[in-house]
Amino acid sequence: MDRHIQNDQSQVSFENASCPLPLHHHDHIVIGHGSGGRMTNELIKQVFLAHFKDPQLLLGNDFASLLPPECKQGMGRLSVSTDAHIVKPLFFPGGNIGKLSVSGTVNDVAMAGAIPLYLTASFIIEEGLSMQMLEKVVASMAETATQADITIIAGDTKVAEKGSVDQLFISTTGIGWIPEGRMINGQSAQDGDSIILSGTMGDHGIAVLAERGELGFSTTIESDVAPLNNMIETLLLAAPHTHVLRDPTRGGVATTLNEIAQQSRVNILLQESALPVKKQVQAACEMLGFDPLYIANEGKLLAFVPEAESVAALEAIRSHPLGNDAAIIGKVVPLEGEIPRVLMKTLIGGTRIIDTLSGELLPRIC
Amino acid sequence: MTFSESYRDPELVTKTIQRIHKVTTQSWVIMEICGGQTHALMQHGFDELLPHAIELVHGPGCPVCVTPLELIDKGIAIAQQPDVIFTSYGDMLRVPGSEKDLFSVRAAGGKVKVVYSPIEALQIARNNPDKQVVFFAIGFETTAPANALSVIKAKELNLHNYSMLVSQVRVPPAIRAILSDPNNRVQGFLAAGHVCSVMGYHEYIPLAQKFHVPMAVTGFEPLDLALGILETVRALEKGTSEVVNAYPRGVIQDGNRSAQDIITQVYESCDQKWRGIGTIPDSGWKLNTGYADFDAENRFDVGKIHTRESEICISGLILQGRKKPFECPAFGTLCTPENPLGATMVSSEGTCAAYYRYHRGKK
Repeated sequence: MDRHIQNDQSQVSFENASCPLPLHHHDHIVIGHGSGGRMTNELIKQVFLAHFKDPQLLLGNDFASLLPPECKQGMGRLSVSTDAHIVKPLFFPGGNIGKLSVSGTVNDVAMAGAIPLYLTASFIIEEGLSMQMLEKVVASMAETATQADITIIAGDTKVAEKGSVDQLFISTTGIGWIPEGRMINGQSAQDGDSIILSGTMGDHGIAVLAERGELGFSTTIESDVAPLNNMIETLLLAAPHTHVLRDPTRGGVATTLNEIAQQSRVNILLQESALPVKKQVQAACEMLGFDPLYIANEGKLLAFVPEAESVAALEAIRSHPLGNDAAIIGKVVPLEGEIPRVLMKTLIGGTRIIDTLSGELLPRIC
Repeated sequence: MTFSESYRDPELVTKTIQRIHKVTTQSWVIMEICGGQTHALMQHGFDELLPHAIELVHGPGCPVCVTPLELIDKGIAIAQQPDVIFTSYGDMLRVPGSEKDLFSVRAAGGKVKVVYSPIEALQIARNNPDKQVVFFAIGFETTAPANALSVIKAKELNLHNYSMLVSQVRVPPAIRAILSDPNNRVQGFLAAGHVCSVMGYHEYIPLAQKFHVPMAVTGFEPLDLALGILETVRALEKGTSEVVNAYPRGVIQDGNRSAQDIITQVYESCDQKWRGIGTIPDSGWKLNTGYADFDAENRFDVGKIHTRESEICISGLILQGRKKPFECPAFGTLCTPENPLGATMVSSEGTCAAYYRYHRGKK
């Protein structure tokens, strides 16, 4: 154990550095455990994976890729994913919790290269929620499902006592079909792959934050929330050998790329000058001390494609209405040493590490 | 290219860095005081681009890192009281007190709220007349005017449910302490641009002359940083101990007089404890008698605070620029942003956090 000293130095000294004990946050859940960053990963490892041990879970993808019993090899596989959605406020520029709950799960299913087919939804509703609001959310879910060409096939409703949930939580599960021959997952990134980001970073996170009215300024930014399965089909026609697809949601592009680097045991090198960011998002981030690389997106994807297919892939994504601002933001490079890293060449020619988001994003002081 | 973007223009920055290479003929140790600059330097990868002869060391200019442990413990004790809404800048929530941090207080049901400005905390007080609203007023000269303004407004509004827990620190006494230390290695300073926006830089001129160290008032964009370093190296090479304003678009010699008036109206000078360093004479501000009613330390009795610090980390040496985070045995292993051992790892402006985030394992 560390020795403890009384912190009552009477004179100025730089020698007697004094530091607090570490706080592990192992006794209670804190908000950072839900950030999608390293604290979330630790929670998953220490609590969930200690009890749930299926190999599909251990792979660390946002979906499970399954061959159902009695099915023959050569007919493709199933992609299954589940996602709970909480967002405050329920309605924000560009979307609402309904659109989010359909898009989020459709996207996770589709990132296996799957064609999403079916969705189930369960609703946890706070006593007192206005019927009109609930109906608007549900109508938006139906509209988004049509857009994504999936069917909502089952659902469940629970009402919780006033104060025990915040308005409305929606959990959805999606099932899709992965046509034979598609092997797209976080383990498959290869040296030399080009990394494409399908549009600007951070639109969703900043739109939601601004809508909460806590920032003291308003923006014209709209959330990018949207189902991406149609864009993925367009992409896979142009770049059939795509290795990895993932949507950079909580934790942003930085955290998602770190996950992929670790799953595939490669390094990733980004070019700062190539990163697409809207000016308004950049400005909001600079005011608050955030980095757009860590802000959530709900309608963007990262695609790792072999260099030979990268131009075709970029053109395909840009041809889609949701992908006009797509850019090649970096490439996969060989692992150096033991620990996979995401590095970035800065605008002025230096290099720095892009780390995983740690806990909750906090605005800085000055 | 907009006006602000031109300060990130790779070509201009590269040219300025080339000029630094040209004027450097020997080794120099330069300290950037401000934690924001430490991060900006790391973020843009300056370490790889500057001449090897120039060593940048990182100063104690992170407000979160130097806030004394007793005060954090007091804040935590106040935040746990019923009918209190404790408001703070986001960074402070993660700073460990002796036993817990504000995150844990919030997880256990305490009303702890992140605000973006003290005026927002004041608004919370107006909206919740049945609650006591406390704002954790920490920071350097940059945050002082806005913090002070909130108690001026509270007094005007006759608002009896608003108070501040104050840890307000000043840069010039810290520079004096660093330069007075017999083991000091620092030969030149980048003075913090935004502190100087408020206070001007006339206070630095006698310090530069007394200790024979040049200083450059420096901004935060890549070109600002390169210009600040260039001016400091030029002065070092010439052997002068002048204070150069390398951030003229943000700073004038006398600073912002209106902001200074607000500070004078509310605060008086005091000896101030700096976490990891000790008490530096006349290095802080506390609320003066006219505003003492708004001092949370007077308003809440939280009993005697017993602080406990461990000796494991070397943040004091890091704050003085005598050690680098890599040299700490706990860096990146026992001590990470999730489980910080020291305040320098906690804050987004802390030196260890900057190394962890941008340079871990890089040689």
